[in-house]
Amino acid sequence: MTAELPASARTEDEDLEPSTTLFTYLGPAVTLIGLVALWEVLVRWSGIPGWLLPTPTAIGEAMAEWRNELGWHFLITLYEVLAGFALSIVVSIPLAVAVVYSPFLQNTIYPILLALQSMPKVAIAPLLVLWIGFGALPKIVVVFLVCFFPIIVATASGLTAVPASLIDLIRSLSATPLQTFVKIRFPTAMPHIFVGLKIAITFAVIGAVIGEFVGSDAGLGYLILISTSQSRTPLAFGALLLLTIMSIVLYYAVEFVERLLVPWAPKN
Amino acid sequence: MSKIHIENLSKTYRSKRSRVTALEDVSLAIEQNEFVTLVGPSGCGKSTLLKIVGGLIRPSRGRLIYDGEPLLQPTRDVGIVFQEPVLLPWRATIDNVLLPAEILGLNLAQCRVRALELLKLVGLEGFESSYPRELSGGMQQRVALSRALIHNPSVLLMDEPFAALDAMTREELGFELMRIWDTHKKTVIFVTHNIVEAILLADRVVAMSPRPGRIAKIVKIDLPRPRTLDMEFTGEFKSYFDEIRAVIYSGGGAARP
Ligand SMILES: Nc1ncnc2c1ncn2[C@@H]1O[C@H](COP(=O)(O)OP(=O)(O)O)[C@@H](O)[C@H]1O
Ligand SMILES: [Mg+2]
Repeated sequence: MTAELPASARTEDEDLEPSTTLFTYLGPAVTLIGLVALWEVLVRWSGIPGWLLPTPTAIGEAMAEWRNELGWHFLITLYEVLAGFALSIVVSIPLAVAVVYSPFLQNTIYPILLALQSMPKVAIAPLLVLWIGFGALPKIVVVFLVCFFPIIVATASGLTAVPASLIDLIRSLSATPLQTFVKIRFPTAMPHIFVGLKIAITFAVIGAVIGEFVGSDAGLGYLILISTSQSRTPLAFGALLLLTIMSIVLYYAVEFVERLLVPWAPKN
Repeated sequence: MSKIHIENLSKTYRSKRSRVTALEDVSLAIEQNEFVTLVGPSGCGKSTLLKIVGGLIRPSRGRLIYDGEPLLQPTRDVGIVFQEPVLLPWRATIDNVLLPAEILGLNLAQCRVRALELLKLVGLEGFESSYPRELSGGMQQRVALSRALIHNPSVLLMDEPFAALDAMTREELGFELMRIWDTHKKTVIFVTHNIVEAILLADRVVAMSPRPGRIAKIVKIDLPRPRTLDMEFTGEFKSYFDEIRAVIYSGGGAARP
């Protein structure tokens, strides 16, 4: 026993770096504030008109003035994103399981799905408007489509990532397919699934905005379209800022759930 | 009657484009509570033979008699340890050890007591609730050994279990294994490509040669037990070593111990 130390004994040096941690947060924050200030100064000094490139203060003022509208459109887009994302989870994960377990599906549906993946989803959006009309549904479908592939591919590869020797071990105990799935395969796939979910959630916001661009009367994408066409550029920037924040917050929300459900996942 | 009786066993892996004869005409009788090591260069069919004994793959020809009955499917009477510990990273040590018990539907309360005893036996007392990532390679392999023993199998199949460990840990685990084998009375089939390890552990060394995999020689090791590291430097040990090395080399060629 003396020759070995548990790996946890090695983490001591990592605990000795609190100043580095503080700096890693402080550094980007200071840089960001600096860049915003520089933006303000440069725009004022150069005299670029506000409808072309507004100053940060003008954007802030517009956001305060239009906060009710912004909040409303924010919720619409958030709803489309979450609904489409949830739908893609509910469909892709069981489908991935079916594909992995059925050689028939693996040889028929899966290649077709992967081929469809190459189709640009932006190009489908106008057709969806044609078929399902305005409103939230076509946007939810676009979000669903862009989230679908990363999740199904990640889940399918995760389910097949069980080491061969572990499969042998389980087989030697005559485990049932259900036991193998519940105790081994699905937990093994979990970190992979979350890789797919994190890719999907960033696509989801883009998908919703694309859907809104093509035809809608609500959502932050619609707001950007309308306000730029009316030269209310500060408002468009405000909507863009909210989209960015939505995207970042959703990404970290998925990562938070991952840490709860998959505490053993390798950290990046 | 032998515990495991292997008769004229052959195994050919077939795919569309190739046929690989992994084992050809292998016959071997393993006695109850015997410690047998299979040694040979990589590719000589050691893992294949082990999997056939575990009922995980079917031989192409020949018979395997296990406890007097032909073996046609996996038997729960074996415990398996591989080169990699393959623990479940989401389970604590004790729950990793209990996995076979859960799958076999054994009484978990009783098995938990047994698991704690086994962990104590392999020197992991106090690590019951640690996770695999918190354990060194040697400790993980000790957990894997406890997991292989939890359902009290009478046969232990070990496929290069210590090959990924450093030399000191490997020796230490080898002696622990012999102690466990001695007190718990198991039949052990232990695969290695390390001739010293093969001799030190075994009652009999089965030396195999590749292409196709055959038994080149079976060497009975008459060193007294308990074995010690010093035995490695005796003339007797050296003559076993030379004997085994000679047959392995003449059969295969390139591999080094
Ligand atoms: N599933 C398999 N399909 C095809 N060939 C295999 C398979 N498993 C092993 N072999 C081949 O059989 C031979 C023996 O393999 P193996 O039993 O793993 O040898 P060892 O464990 O002694 O290294 C090798 O040539 C190997 O490539
Ligand atoms: Mg092998």
